[in-house]
Amino acid sequence: MQRQHSHQQDQDFSDVDGSGLIAALSALLPAEALLTAVEDLKAYECDGLSAYRALPLAVALPENEAQVIGVLRTCYQRGVPVVARGAGTGLSGGALPHRHGVVLSLAKMKRILSLDPAARLAVVQPGVRNLAITEAAAPHGLYYAPDPSSQIACSIGGNIAENSGGVHCLKYGLTVHNVVRIRLVTIDGEVLEIGNHGLDAPGYDVLALLIGSEGLLGVVTEATVKLTPKPELAQVVMASFDDIEKAGDAVAAIIAAGIIPAGLEMMDKAATAAVEPFVKAGYDLNADAILLCESDGTPEEVAEEVAAMRAVLQQSGATEIRVSRDEAERVRFWAGRKAAFPAVGRISPDYYCMDGTIPRKRIAEMLKAIAAMEKKYGLRCANVFHAGDGNLHPLIMYDANIPGELERTEAFGAEILELSVKLGGTITGEHGVGFEKINAMCVQFASEELAAFHRIKSAFDAKGLLNPDKAVPTLHRCAEFGRMHVHAGQLSHPELPRF
Amino acid sequence: MESILQEWQERIRQGKPLRIRGGGSKDFYGQALAGDVLETLPYRGIVTYEPTELVIAARCGTPLTEVEAVLAARGQMLAFEPPHFGAATIGGCVAAALSGPRRASAGAVRDFVLGVKLMDGAGRILNFGGQVMKNVAGYDVSRLLAGSLGTLGILLEVSLKVLPRPAAEATLALPAAQDAALALMNRWAGQPLPISATCWHDERLTVRLSGARAAVTSALAKLGGEVVDAGGKFWAELREQRQPFFAGETPLWRLSVPSTTSVVSLGAEPLIEWGGAQRWFRGALDAEVVRDVATRVGGHATLFRGGDKSVGVFQPQSPGLLALHQRLQRGFDPNGIFGRGRLLSAATTTSAADNGRSDHA
Repeated sequence: MQRQHSHQQDQDFSDVDGSGLIAALSALLPAEALLTAVEDLKAYECDGLSAYRALPLAVALPENEAQVIGVLRTCYQRGVPVVARGAGTGLSGGALPHRHGVVLSLAKMKRILSLDPAARLAVVQPGVRNLAITEAAAPHGLYYAPDPSSQIACSIGGNIAENSGGVHCLKYGLTVHNVVRIRLVTIDGEVLEIGNHGLDAPGYDVLALLIGSEGLLGVVTEATVKLTPKPELAQVVMASFDDIEKAGDAVAAIIAAGIIPAGLEMMDKAATAAVEPFVKAGYDLNADAILLCESDGTPEEVAEEVAAMRAVLQQSGATEIRVSRDEAERVRFWAGRKAAFPAVGRISPDYYCMDGTIPRKRIAEMLKAIAAMEKKYGLRCANVFHAGDGNLHPLIMYDANIPGELERTEAFGAEILELSVKLGGTITGEHGVGFEKINAMCVQFASEELAAFHRIKSAFDAKGLLNPDKAVPTLHRCAEFGRMHVHAGQLSHPELPRF
Repeated sequence: MESILQEWQERIRQGKPLRIRGGGSKDFYGQALAGDVLETLPYRGIVTYEPTELVIAARCGTPLTEVEAVLAARGQMLAFEPPHFGAATIGGCVAAALSGPRRASAGAVRDFVLGVKLMDGAGRILNFGGQVMKNVAGYDVSRLLAGSLGTLGILLEVSLKVLPRPAAEATLALPAAQDAALALMNRWAGQPLPISATCWHDERLTVRLSGARAAVTSALAKLGGEVVDAGGKFWAELREQRQPFFAGETPLWRLSVPSTTSVVSLGAEPLIEWGGAQRWFRGALDAEVVRDVATRVGGHATLFRGGDKSVGVFQPQSPGLLALHQRLQRGFDPNGIFGRGRLLSAATTTSAADNGRSDHA
């Protein structure tokens, strides 16, 4: 399925001089670092969200920071949009090219510059793959904690842009908790050092502001990440439930018992049915939902925690509980969860992954609402959740070749996101707003907050050249979209704080 | 409560510089104070607390002790272990972003901030973040506000992630020279040990272990030393800077450096925390020398308490970063109402790394 990116754009860049731009870029980049032929540009027309595509004027593949600065200065002087791109695995169209702009791929800057096991820090270029850091740290008993499902391929630069999470972030944090310093090139080519190798920096926490800013504020050319000691042992408890509500309540009960699991994931029957024939993880196919609950630490600690988890799950009405007996079995239990997206891709021509986050106690309520929406839109949905932090990944299954299905799917997704906001949550927990959820931002934020975001944007990029039409909608767009922020008084849960 | 907000908006409209103040426990901190005091104490109360969601939200004037007591009753805590230094409020706690002994293992204030309701310098009430752990919609303004020292607006409400209190805790102490202690702290931090705090002073290394009972017991056996401080008094006094090292009026400098930095010599012996990353020095030290030492090892220095603030309390920023700070500040506070210069005011001296910088915030 695909849809050429012809949506209305907020800023008009149609007067960009394409041939002049390419001539200027050719002067500062080696031939192999600049792509302009249509067949070469095709490879960059979308990211992991292939529903939206566009061809840029050029793709620049700088090999060092000086070239990044050169590309940015050139684009700045010429008023050309720049879309930075890592591995292109993003799921929200954040790296969707601008048709009057340049894609700045950091893929060639993929060296681990240093790794200091004593300080538990690694200095890396933005194109380094997430998993490559963990592999380099492994001989020292260390690893890089955030593990998005695409970790084999995704790059640290992209992780910083999206503030990526993963299955272990309840205990080990998100990217924002694991990156201590970045080198940032601003749109006018200035280099800023943000953060350091200590535990804090003077002034505002600009580092936190930049992480998750989706390529709108600057381009990262180097980052220092924290390495974490690898736990001696990890074990996973797998519990079956005959009722999805009981599974949802079990999640809250585990937290209430004072346990912070290393991972706490949930899959519904549709998800396990899709996964099991594919992965043979040993899931209970009779269960309405299964929970995967991981404990890690010293062997003594794990034994104590697993016993506690077991007790809570039993009390919560689990129909079957299994504890991984060895590392191979633990990996197999997880393999199913990690393969959920491709497994759904096998049983449906297309699927659309949502990313809302809600308070944990509302999980059951959300699942019931999604079941009703399946009927309403005539589409199936498999649910996999990072239950521990309330982050949902409903996978709506559809066939783009059937007229109207994509539109129904988008409406289904939008309804899930609106409900996420109403339940006190957010439209995106870890995939980012990108191009995809730009309209849903109008539901989550009032115009005052959006205006504040625009003031932040202009403190970094007054001309609005970095990743235009992404992440933060203009007030004009929200007015046109017609579904402005749900005001507190009209919410179905007015008792919730609405930050 | 609504009328308090209206009153504050009215004071903002009058356009006179304001100084946001909670319990006043951190009046000593930051550049010189300026502006009429805006008391946040009346705007208080816990808005929501959901133990199973690991989230608490409270109005800025809520006493920190009240927040902690409510959490303790449900076996939870603020994991960054903030100091009180007196009648601290939760708003001041986030605005100053000072973290305590648990910082190196659990994280800093900013790591636990999930959402903020802000009244900015134009009197606008803005909501950022929320009550969920994962939220990447829009810029992470909530964390930007942590540590902004009241220069971007009034943090009307904050929501924070909380954690369960550890099931077991124990403290051990062993004699160690400074270099040996630094090596030990860094070596242990690279191992899966339940270390939750460290402190070296006076040739003695003190280490706190927190976690599952079994984990604490096995770590005690592994690390050796003498088991001390059964009631946790040592850490409580360290957190509040009530240990003898912190007594008296002598200026107190804080160096934030990479934990593996070797012994830093600035005359007197330091007190070291956070696995080597936070080093306290006492004395009427030459600001330029201190800043230079901090810069050379990749860290920064703060004149934390006392001394002559005219030398600049905080390490100066590079010109580019300072200009960015000023643009960000103007975005939130276009008329410069709040906490003029408490965070950003330029120093009269500049460090070697930042010569040529002359702007004033």
